[in-house]
Amino acid sequence: MSACSAPAPSAALAPSGMRDIPVLRERGQREVFCGLTGIMWLHRKIQDAFFLIVGSRTCAHLMQSAAGVMIFAEPRFATAIIEERDLAGMADANEELDRVAAQVLARRPDIKTLFLVGSCPSEVIKMDLSRAAARLDAAHANVRVLAYSGSGIETTFTEGEDACLEALVPELPQDTSGETSLLVVGALADVVEDQFTRLFQALGIGPVRFLPARTSSDLPPVGPNTRYLLAQPFLGRTGAALDDRGAQRIAAPFPLGARGTEAWLRAAAEVWAIDDARFETVVAAPRARAERALAGHRAAFTGRSVFFFPDSQLEIPLARFLYEELGAQLIEVGTPYLHRGHLDRELARLPAGVQLSEGQHVDSQLDRCRAARPDLTVCGLGLANPLEAEGLSTKWAIELVFTPIHGFEQAGDLAELFTRPLRRRDLLRVG
Amino acid sequence: MKLTVWTYEGPPHVGAMRVATAMTDVHYVLHAPQGDTYADLLFTMIERRGKRPPVTYTTFQARDLGSDTAELFMEAARDAYARFKPAAMLVGASCTAELIQDDPGGLALTLNLPCPVLPLELPSYMRRENWGASETFYRLVRGLAGPHAPAPGEARAERRRGPPRCNILGGTALGFRHRDDIKEIKRLLARLGIEVVVSAPLDASTADITRMGEADFNVVLYPEIGEEAARWLEKNFGQPRTRTVPIGVGATRDFVREVAALAGVDPAPALDDEDLRQPWWARSVDSNYLTGKRVFVFGDATHAVAAARVAVEEMGFELVGLGAYNREFARTVRETAQRYGVEALISDDYLEVEAAIEAAAPELVLGTQMERHIAKRLGIGCAVISAPVHVEDFPARFAPQMGYEGANVLFDTWVHPLVMGLEEHLLGMFREDFEFNNEAGPSHLGAHKPSPAPVTASEPEPALAVQADDTAETEDAAAIWRDDALAELKKIPFFVRGKARRNAETFAAQSGAQVITLETLYDAKAHFGR
Repeated sequence: MSACSAPAPSAALAPSGMRDIPVLRERGQREVFCGLTGIMWLHRKIQDAFFLIVGSRTCAHLMQSAAGVMIFAEPRFATAIIEERDLAGMADANEELDRVAAQVLARRPDIKTLFLVGSCPSEVIKMDLSRAAARLDAAHANVRVLAYSGSGIETTFTEGEDACLEALVPELPQDTSGETSLLVVGALADVVEDQFTRLFQALGIGPVRFLPARTSSDLPPVGPNTRYLLAQPFLGRTGAALDDRGAQRIAAPFPLGARGTEAWLRAAAEVWAIDDARFETVVAAPRARAERALAGHRAAFTGRSVFFFPDSQLEIPLARFLYEELGAQLIEVGTPYLHRGHLDRELARLPAGVQLSEGQHVDSQLDRCRAARPDLTVCGLGLANPLEAEGLSTKWAIELVFTPIHGFEQAGDLAELFTRPLRRRDLLRVG
Repeated sequence: MKLTVWTYEGPPHVGAMRVATAMTDVHYVLHAPQGDTYADLLFTMIERRGKRPPVTYTTFQARDLGSDTAELFMEAARDAYARFKPAAMLVGASCTAELIQDDPGGLALTLNLPCPVLPLELPSYMRRENWGASETFYRLVRGLAGPHAPAPGEARAERRRGPPRCNILGGTALGFRHRDDIKEIKRLLARLGIEVVVSAPLDASTADITRMGEADFNVVLYPEIGEEAARWLEKNFGQPRTRTVPIGVGATRDFVREVAALAGVDPAPALDDEDLRQPWWARSVDSNYLTGKRVFVFGDATHAVAAARVAVEEMGFELVGLGAYNREFARTVRETAQRYGVEALISDDYLEVEAAIEAAAPELVLGTQMERHIAKRLGIGCAVISAPVHVEDFPARFAPQMGYEGANVLFDTWVHPLVMGLEEHLLGMFREDFEFNNEAGPSHLGAHKPSPAPVTASEPEPALAVQADDTAETEDAAAIWRDDALAELKKIPFFVRGKARRNAETFAAQSGAQVITLETLYDAKAHFGR
């Protein structure tokens, strides 16, 4: 057990660029969500924020259909639907937007941050939402108004969160404490955030803050003494914005699975010069729990072949987890966008000869998938049932975004998400 | 610009997708950005279809906008034909592509594809899903059956000898119980000796559409989707169409008579059914408790109007509200509302519908999945009668809304959310039972909460999702409730509390009382009766 749970220290891993894995780049129909979908979890994560999409009926319809469920409460998001008269110039779109924003804020006096979220139509008609945000910010005391784009012509699925956090970065107060602090970047399940907080505390790493914070009025300070760890692999623009604020990224794989989590924590421990003995003391127990939780799944999954369709940019870290920790065989790992810089430590751990693909031509990719007949296909909701009907087992990718999967305590849950479809297939005796 | 929390209908191109997906050999090339592919999951997840919808999205990105999105469209259309070999191709734009004005219809025609190409103009910023479905179906019928229509002024070809024949119009993919309704209605027509030439668009091929002129008349099951095409067929092929939608026992019998008259056959064989149980179920004594239950009905116009009639005439409910979200069919809703003495609510504003339901204080809501949200928040039972649909509206079992079996299904579905007769009495008598109390809800439903403890903080939405009771009892500033009266009000079972509150306030207002006391509460009870 200990042999496979002690990875080389991150410094000894191949530096970025050394692994020149070929990438198949495709363009064509993309079977992916647009960045608006990120609002699904962001509106629950940031509890005093409201997301107002400036878009079309399609955007509103997407929001209520995308998660596959409707949420049984008044959500903290809505759509300002552009109508014919807005396009025909009969109504001043800016005045209309101001009116709708005021309506939202009057209805929800608890809201402290209002995000105006740009969509495909608002971008094509060139509505300047940043200016609108500045105008509304001045008009509404006690409410911060920000803008970002979640449009499909600019963003894919999780890039919506990237754009949202990027918009928050200039709002973060300057850290003048002179103290080195850790910023964990990327929305995490609350329970995972609490676990990481305890681990960092036990390691003696701190102060630790999270972006996004649970309330938008509690923005973490940032400055040249900030070291940040990405918790999610899709935060290219947020990372760049933090770099502009002088913060420095701690290169690490992502905290998925026992080894990913350990390497992620170790990367921070090295910056804080935590000695190995202490690291081992803190990490040993949760790592052993994770290993125990993974053992049964590994037995069930070893040698199984997996094919990833592009969805959330989590594909490469997940593929690494399946390969390293469950013994999976990777056929193709598709990602909507490959950020080589942020993923260097992940790419270094993938097996030689893995087929990566970026972008999508869905029909060609389906041809490759059908030809390969993988044991498990990880794909979006539009493809899962059709592939199941063809006899392929699938895992819907969106569940990986909506479930707590990061950290030691969730390693078993993460594995279970992949083994469940196979187990279910074996269980059912109906044809 | 319109503030929208939830929307009753998708954009019109989703309506077009419902038609394309319903048919067996049509492909739809949609000029659209990445992300619009979300619509596929409506069919693969909500309806559980085992096939991808036959739709190709061009997937243009911001960087394409400066260059040639038109070329992108042409390439997508060419590739889609080569890969899928459809018998007919629909081409159009989603909301974003409409703005860049590439003219997909014109572009597709220049490709000279070896199949009919039907351009769709679906204005996204004006129209919605049902209209989009209706327009698409109309374009298909006109484009494919049109060439077989008799020339203007020319008489129709002599009717073929044999049994009378009809088409069934309006069923689509993602329709609320369309699959089962059509099966039930086909069975009913068969009992009258009427043959079905084509049922479309659901399960029809393009070849079927070209044959639609062969029928003697058209049965329009879903006017929102089929009426436009039916009107065109009537004008060009001289096929009359049905006006009655067979939802409920009475409407089904009316439908049978109407169809029999159009076909020139005797209606008698289909005026009853050995498996029709609804009338006896409604008359049996245990259904007494249904009498005068206050119901609020909201949905698409066709289903709402039909449900209103069933509620009043076949269940003995009191209709306290009637509305529809599709303005195009507002007239029939207004007429029906007038007939039952309520005001019609024509709105696609979810918040307005919510306010209307709250004000009407019904005991049962018959609505869409949206009204289910509302009813849940207000603590009222709800049964779903209309699209928009959710995965549970596609049951594994046969569960039509139409015909005689449909009438049975309506009875079961509508009664289910209510507190049953004897339980209602017991709740009234022993209001403070720790286990079966006012707040617990119907004991046969999963939501039954026997714990007397205050509601725990399990509700993930903390902020403004106000509890129904709080709103009901504190919001109204017009009447001041004395504490003892308020305490007594709380003893009234939850399913009639809203009505009691309203009655007391109305009574107070009418009698000029400023304060509502215990006396006022009981005076009002005597005044309004139950």
